Amino acid sequence: MKELVVISGKGGTGKTSLTAAFGSLADNHLFCDTDVDAADLHLLLDPKVLEKNEFIGGSKATIIADHCSGCGLCTEVCKFSAINEDFVVDPIECEGCGVCHAFCPEHAVDFQPRKCGEWFTSTTRFGPMVHAHLGIGEENSGKLVSLIRKQAQILAQENQLELIVTDGPPGIGCPVIASITGASAVLILVEPTVSGLHDMKRVAELALHFKIPAMVCINKYDLNTEMTQAIESETEKLNLLTVGRIPFDPAFTMAMVNGKTIMEYAPSSELAETVNSIWTTIRSSEFLTKKEARILPIMK
Amino acid sequence: MIISVASGKGGTGKTTVSTNLAASLDRPLKLLDCDVEEPNAHLFIKPEHLVSKIESTFVPVIDEQRCTGCRKCADLCQFNALAVIGDKVLVFPELCHSCEGCRLICPEQAVEEGHRELGTIETGVWKHVSFSYGRLRVGEAMSPPLINRVQSLIEPDDLVIIDAPPGTSCPAINAMKVSDFVLLVTEPTPFGLHDLVLTVEAVRQLSIPCGLVINRADIGNDELYHYARREGLPILLEIPFQRTIAEIYSRGGLLVEQSPEWRTRFCQLFASILQAAAEAEVSQ
Repeated sequence: MKELVVISGKGGTGKTSLTAAFGSLADNHLFCDTDVDAADLHLLLDPKVLEKNEFIGGSKATIIADHCSGCGLCTEVCKFSAINEDFVVDPIECEGCGVCHAFCPEHAVDFQPRKCGEWFTSTTRFGPMVHAHLGIGEENSGKLVSLIRKQAQILAQENQLELIVTDGPPGIGCPVIASITGASAVLILVEPTVSGLHDMKRVAELALHFKIPAMVCINKYDLNTEMTQAIESETEKLNLLTVGRIPFDPAFTMAMVNGKTIMEYAPSSELAETVNSIWTTIRSSEFLTKKEARILPIMK
Repeated sequence: MIISVASGKGGTGKTTVSTNLAASLDRPLKLLDCDVEEPNAHLFIKPEHLVSKIESTFVPVIDEQRCTGCRKCADLCQFNALAVIGDKVLVFPELCHSCEGCRLICPEQAVEEGHRELGTIETGVWKHVSFSYGRLRVGEAMSPPLINRVQSLIEPDDLVIIDAPPGTSCPAINAMKVSDFVLLVTEPTPFGLHDLVLTVEAVRQLSIPCGLVINRADIGNDELYHYARREGLPILLEIPFQRTIAEIYSRGGLLVEQSPEWRTRFCQLFASILQAAAEAEVSQ
């Protein structure tokens, strides 16, 4: 089983539109959406939810006023300044470390695991999908990402599916690290702007740091062809496989408005042909065809 | 006055709005790029003489001479950063959240202070803008601690513009929570709207007034406008999709430096923010 994760560093480069398009072209695969705090893939794939599960994340402290003697020890031990002078915990500041709970002499701190989100096993017109929704402002996005990737792997194994196509989150932090560790390869989708180039270098460095093979695709390449060339020479320098260029095309937005992939919205267009040929290059790359199974343990 | 520029969806134009807003004003202000995972504002506001400072955070180091392997530290740690194998404590520093509970609970004083590098804070000056940004170390998972360090540069009475990271989880909340007003940048597409709805919910939980900037205002559909009307969200600026704007951005240019008309619009945006913030205060 292989796992391809689409990432970008910078947001808004077209990860979700392209993930949906590639998935519509893939055989014997399932989808996973690990952009758990702003998931959008379901807007194109319209999944029918088969199974809905609670995500129990970390705990947060609450102080039971009736038991509190007001000794103030909790405010001294809290490194996050999450407890005010009236001994009320600010849930936004609370890190969930449990130190106040451990030290309170009156056992006045309640510290229970909470529901922090939901995750779903679904079916779409292009195959199964595992996705999730993190509660607003919640932490532990990495833990939820690891959980749904594990579920996607189990589902793929059970159904003898060969490929997991994952729509990843932007950035280089916790949810991205949780999305890529142990994957077969990442596809970095980059736009030809100073930000796009800057962010691609950082996310490519991250992939290298975790020893994940990376491919690069340039989206909206014709918005600045000089920058496109700069990106291509950078990818060459970094020894990354460039799989192709996609032109800027409002058809992507129109496809999105219609809840369709670009392959459905403009099936016989030149654009669809370009996307198709890029997918063929990605699918036949050594990272997704090599025989040996490359399933590494997922980060906690 | 602290204004943060945020969005659920990435790539909607947060950096375009925060840098152009900062550049358009003719008074001293602080611009803080808190998108520490992928900071971009410095590619547009190009400060001279950037000073770089390494930021690090507490992680435990175990004094094996003193440690008895009692497990109290590992039992307390909620983040699996400590494990006991036999009678030896293993530390996984990258999982540590720096609560220092292990140090407090150890009966043998065997937990000493070590450091994990979070990244750097770069500070410089560009015209009237004193500019700082965080740069998360590649491989570092936790961005909120570095975001907090960047925000610690805020002094009372500063006019501050914060470029926030995308999303609705802890990094975005951390960047927004200190602000007096949140400017939400979005685009009129299904993805833009879907992620905006989540962000508005987050901003409301924080009880901070907000207003919208609609970027690429002429693409997509009308759903966003219906939503804004329904929810009573003021639209403070619309930026059309124009190839020229996209090209200026692509090479690191500022809209307000290329066009006096855009400078006027961004100045008006600032006036609208002040007005919307004042109205919100009155209605509270």
